[in-house]
Amino acid sequence: MTAALTGAAAAASSSIAARPLLTSAQMAHFVARGFLRFDGIVPHPLCAEALREIENNARPGSYGVKHGDARARLAGQPLDDVWNDPGGIAAVMRLPAIRGVVHSLIGPGALYDHHHAHTVEAQHRWSQPWHADAIIDPRAAFDIQLFFFFHDTPREMGGTMILPGSHLRRVHESDIARYQNFLGQLPMVCQAGTLLVCHHGMWHCGQPNFTRARRHMLKLRLNPSVPQRLTWDATDREAPEVRDLLTTPEPWHGNEGRLEIVNRLRLWRRLTGDDSFDADYWLTRLELPRG
Amino acid sequence: MTRPRQQLLILYLANSDLGSPVGAWSFYDGAGNKTGMSGDSATPPYPTGLAAMQDGWRVIQLATLRPAQPGHEHETSYLKFEVVLEKLVETAGAP
Repeated sequence: MTAALTGAAAAASSSIAARPLLTSAQMAHFVARGFLRFDGIVPHPLCAEALREIENNARPGSYGVKHGDARARLAGQPLDDVWNDPGGIAAVMRLPAIRGVVHSLIGPGALYDHHHAHTVEAQHRWSQPWHADAIIDPRAAFDIQLFFFFHDTPREMGGTMILPGSHLRRVHESDIARYQNFLGQLPMVCQAGTLLVCHHGMWHCGQPNFTRARRHMLKLRLNPSVPQRLTWDATDREAPEVRDLLTTPEPWHGNEGRLEIVNRLRLWRRLTGDDSFDADYWLTRLELPRG
Repeated sequence: MTRPRQQLLILYLANSDLGSPVGAWSFYDGAGNKTGMSGDSATPPYPTGLAAMQDGWRVIQLATLRPAQPGHEHETSYLKFEVVLEKLVETAGAP
C-alpha cells in the first residue's frame, strides 16, 4: 500500500529508521520475569485511531477464520507486509520506540502470527481462567506477545493479569486453570498508551470488568525470523544488574526458584552466544569435568 | 433437613513441608457460591498448610514426590507441592 501517511500516522513514521534498542538490563528483566512494560509509548492520537479500528472491526483478526479466508494465510508472513497500510494499529507498530522493542526481543524481520482485539463488556464479572496461549511449546527460541492498552485501564476494569516468572514453564494452555491466585500475580493497571510485551509462555488471564464502560485490549503475536542473538544494545552486558535480575526468584516459586534461575541462565547464554556465562556458579558446577 | 457439602481449599506450598509458606491457592465451594476466580485475592487465606489444618481443614490429598526424569531434571511446569484440603459444611440443599 502506498497511500500517503497523514496526521498521527505520519508523526509515527517520521523517524522510522530510528529504533531505540533495549538495554541488557531490560533484556535480563524480560528473560527473568517474562515481560516488559512501556507506559505511554503510544501517543494519544494514535490510541484514538486504534480504538476506532477496534470498535469498527476495521482490522479483523485472523484467529479462528475459515481456511478459505485469505486471513488464514497471513500467519508467518512479514509483519511489514501484513500491516502495510498507513494508519491505526499499523502506524502504532511503526513507532520507532515499538520497532526498537520488537527488534531487541526477536531481531529484524518480525513475522506476523495473529492478532485479536479482546473486548470485555461493561459489568462483565467473570474472570478468565489462567492459561498460557497456544500449546505446550518446547522451543528455546521465543515469540513475543504485545498487549496494547489504548485507553485507561484502572483495576476495577481489569485488565489482563500476568504471573511474572511463569514463562519458562512447560504447560499446555488451560491445564493450569485449577489455580486461582499466586503471590506476586500482577494486574495490568495502566493509562492509555501502555504496552505490555510478554514471552509467549507467560501465564495470564483476563480480569472482570466492574465498570460501566467496555474494555479493549489488543494482542499481537510475533515470531522471530532469525536467531535471537545480541539483537539489543548489549554494551551493558557485564553490568552487575544483569546477574541480579537473572537470579531473583518470584515469591510464588518456592523451592523451584533455583531451577527457574538455571533456565533463565540457559536462555541468557542462548541470547548472548556466551556459553560460559553464569551467575552464582549454578551452571558451571554442573559442567565441571567428571572424574 | 441439612445435607453435608464439600468445600475444597487447594494450597500450593514452597516445598513438601506442610509448614512451608503458601505461594498459590484456590477455593472451590460445593456448599455455596463462594468459589474463587483467577486473580480475586492477593493474600493467601493461610500462611502455611499447617495453619489451615489448625483451623479445621482436613488434608485429603498430598502431591506425590517424584524423581526427575533423566534429561529433564531442570524443567519446570505445574506447581509441585499441592495440598488439597476439605471441609464438610451442612447445607439446606436438596438430597
